[in-house]
Amino acid sequence: MASIWRYANPKVFIDASNKVLPWVWGIAAICLVVGLIWGFFFTPDDFRQGATVKIIFLHVPSALVAINAWLMMLVASLVWLIRRHHVSALAAKAAAPVGVVMTLVALATGALWGQPMWGTWWVWDPRLTSFLILFLFYLGYIALWQALEDDETAADLTSILCLVGSVFAILSRYAVLFWNQGLHQGASLSLDREENINDVFFHPLVITMVGFTMLFLALVLIRTQTEIRTRRIKALMIRERAQEVQA
Amino acid sequence: MIPDLGKHALPILTSYGVSLALIGILIWISIWRFNSVRHQLEEIESKVKSRV
Repeated sequence: MASIWRYANPKVFIDASNKVLPWVWGIAAICLVVGLIWGFFFTPDDFRQGATVKIIFLHVPSALVAINAWLMMLVASLVWLIRRHHVSALAAKAAAPVGVVMTLVALATGALWGQPMWGTWWVWDPRLTSFLILFLFYLGYIALWQALEDDETAADLTSILCLVGSVFAILSRYAVLFWNQGLHQGASLSLDREENINDVFFHPLVITMVGFTMLFLALVLIRTQTEIRTRRIKALMIRERAQEVQA
Repeated sequence: MIPDLGKHALPILTSYGVSLALIGILIWISIWRFNSVRHQLEEIESKVKSRV
């Protein structure tokens, strides 16, 4: 098996990601278009939630990506802290803005869904609160990268922040199981057929979840390439300046 | 063609509008930065090569 660590070489990473990117974009586009059109136009109203159930096709996939983006950043941060591969630190940095947008989408659609169903936009429910804290961690993570001049120090400190924030990413996922109080319902998807949502909603939901996941992957790949190139530009500029000083 | 969303039309359409706008902006910025940084690096590398 070819070692996964060879992708730590920026050139190998860029070449490999360029090969898969057209496929990832294609699958993302097809799944998002099919899933969202199916979900919005061709699903019936829920017997309890009425037409608002259509929000599920945005809310659940964005929440899924919001949590898993942080977990991906956690893995990349651990790789940076243990093996010092720059590509992994840059991949974590690249994923953060995607994660923050997905968290914002999940919070906004949740509030818009909550108002007609619960009679309130927001409640300090364990899942909502842990999700809001996750959103703040995303903002803090991005701000910390921006605040530090030295990339190595920024990668170290943001990796530590990512480890701490992972507690809230996990809490966001499992809060409904830890605490029974709160308005947020339990998981929408279950392996237990009795507990799982009805098939008419399940199929388009799974397609949109695949679409959001592929979109996340495509965005992280191109953003990581951008970060790698930005780092290379910085290095070339420093070398140029050093040569000018010597001359 | 448009399904009857009844009294919940506003929250549903706002959800779709806000989400698609945010995701669209994210995709646009990511692709724009990708192209802009790639061209910038190509220019700098060609300058460096021409000097060597």
